[in-house]
Amino acid sequence: MVTTPLVPSDYLDLVSPLRAGADLRGRIEAVHPETGDAATVVIRPGRSWRGHTAGQYVRIGVDVDGVRLWRAYSITSPTNRQDGRVTITVKAIPDGRVSNHLVRRAKPGTLVQLDQPTGDFVLPLVTPTKVLYLTAGSGITPVMGMLRDIEFDDVVMVHCAPRPQDVIFRSELHDLVADKKLRLTEVHTDTDGILDIARLDELVPDWAERETWACGPAGLLDAAEGHWAEHGVQERLHTERFRPSIVVAGDGGEVTFSATGMTVDADGATPLLDIGEEAGVLMPSGCRMGICFGCVTPLKAGAVRDLRTGEITEAEPGVLIQTCVSAAAGPCDIER
Amino acid sequence: MTAIDPTAHLTAEQIEELGRELDAIRDAVIASRGEKDAAYIRKVISAQRKLELVSRGVLLFSFFPPAWLLGTAGLSVAKIMDNMEIGHNVLHGQWDWMRDPKIHSTTWEWDHVSPSEQWKHSHNELHHTYTNVIGKDNDLGYGIMRVDEDQTWHPFHLGQPLWNFINACFFEYGIAAYDLELGKNLPKRRRKNPEFRARAKAVGRKIRKQVLKDYVIHPLLSGPSFLTTLAATFTANLVRNIWTHSVIMCGHFPEGVQVFERRSIKGETRGQWYLRQMMGSANISGSRAMHFMTGNLSHQIEHHLFPDLPSNRYAEVAVKVRALFEKYELEYVTGPLPKQVVSAWHKVFRLSLPNKKPKVKTPDCEQELVAA
Ligand code: FES
Repeated sequence: MVTTPLVPSDYLDLVSPLRAGADLRGRIEAVHPETGDAATVVIRPGRSWRGHTAGQYVRIGVDVDGVRLWRAYSITSPTNRQDGRVTITVKAIPDGRVSNHLVRRAKPGTLVQLDQPTGDFVLPLVTPTKVLYLTAGSGITPVMGMLRDIEFDDVVMVHCAPRPQDVIFRSELHDLVADKKLRLTEVHTDTDGILDIARLDELVPDWAERETWACGPAGLLDAAEGHWAEHGVQERLHTERFRPSIVVAGDGGEVTFSATGMTVDADGATPLLDIGEEAGVLMPSGCRMGICFGCVTPLKAGAVRDLRTGEITEAEPGVLIQTCVSAAAGPCDIER
Repeated sequence: MTAIDPTAHLTAEQIEELGRELDAIRDAVIASRGEKDAAYIRKVISAQRKLELVSRGVLLFSFFPPAWLLGTAGLSVAKIMDNMEIGHNVLHGQWDWMRDPKIHSTTWEWDHVSPSEQWKHSHNELHHTYTNVIGKDNDLGYGIMRVDEDQTWHPFHLGQPLWNFINACFFEYGIAAYDLELGKNLPKRRRKNPEFRARAKAVGRKIRKQVLKDYVIHPLLSGPSFLTTLAATFTANLVRNIWTHSVIMCGHFPEGVQVFERRSIKGETRGQWYLRQMMGSANISGSRAMHFMTGNLSHQIEHHLFPDLPSNRYAEVAVKVRALFEKYELEYVTGPLPKQVVSAWHKVFRLSLPNKKPKVKTPDCEQELVAA
């Protein structure tokens, strides 16, 4: 009542954005380069952070060129880090707006939005005696969170990266090897070629007896799942797939109105507002020319094209589109 | 509606070309929106909140006259910022591209008795689509005034200077009533309409909250300064109302601005729509502070052409738009605030009386013909 129409937190956020009870945010405190295209971002999370389990990931909302974009990254810091900071390790992927921003441009002091950590690619409560970590590229990041968190008596890691200098956390891994805490096989795919899963028998002869956590590109994980299943030990394999949402922007496509359960074909030139109305979906509308914002609707999946500018908007959580000036750019899902 | 159509010299092709040139201006801004713009609106919002907090704090001691003055001035400015540069523009979706749910047209609520949702409908949708079309755009005279010679005169209009003044003082209530289309909905039969009742309820709720905050809670918090804080808040609301009313009057009422007939917008092309916005709006010239305090509605012409571009970009857009006015030999109606306010009020007075029979050619009369 005192602050209507705002709420008290709108004012408190001005002074203390990380306080308990605030929307969950974090402050970037440092960015350490790991390899040529990967960096570790140190974040102090707000007081409402509930903590994570090794192997989990966190969704983080970063403002890139003024636009808030959300991505998920594995947490690479151990759960018992004394200063309460958490780290994510990000590899810049070509054309990745968020990853390139975090690796190359993010500055200490910047606020980012956070979700609570989540994911079930985690270690079990009962400690296995023998462990295998099978990783490739940035698939090493959740595993690094595990490695740093709990020590096992017998840990083997097989990690693939194009070249030695592309191995994220390489010196730390080698330190672990020197301390006899880890046995490590690096596969350098530029010279050795892609890892043939059958080679595991030779690299880690007792692989089938080990509790295995695997993370990397789909090809590797598919091969691993096949291999483990073939030997009837699939319950020992835990995999984590990073799903980069690859949207191919085309011209028109199948439009799903998920709230109504309607699916129709749309061309690339008809506004989604018209498409919806024709299909009998109740669409909010106003000016029908892109000026009143009375037709904004969540875009749940796929991509749309702005009929005025040609600009493509891809689905992300929280993305709203003006249906009166947007057309399908490939299959998409409109929440109506 | 005009005796002499100031756009008569343009061919259909020219009008479409004009539309394309305006689209290009818009695209250029959209392509360059970024971090700086986001930082701008965040800074303004944070400054507004701090100013309001501090002013309300100062008003706790408003029994002390200098504190009253300072607090009232601060609160007035804070309320103006909230309504103009922030509220109006956020609700236009100007900042939706940032994807920040806290600064978004679908979530923003402003310090105003009209709920955002209703205002967006009557303002963004009706006023901005049907700008200056008599019978479609209720902003023309707000349903209580006659603003064009072609509207039939009625003895009721004799009082319109007074109505307009009262409306200025209680502008936010005027807007709320207007968003509810009270005039149309008050007759018995309509009053029962459940949709109208729901909206009226929402307004009632909002008014209750606003009044409770400004005239009960904050005065009570001030303890011994109860009455002075009450007076301060009332004054701040009054100042804000008169200010916003004046700025808004300058947007479409000054002499030289065109109004349009319903049938003129049938099958309107994009170019023609743009042209109507150009001829139906008027700017206020002045300093940067002036533009800021009007929420950049001093760039009304640019705002009407591009209602969803971030307000901080209107100044740079204005340069290009003005060049187009020159190129197409159109009149860019602008002037300092006092001049525009006087011009608008002059029209209110003039049209409160029935039309004069046009006399034969004096320079003055000529101008009036064009202007009307
Ligand atoms: S209906 Fe007005 S912006 Fe889409």
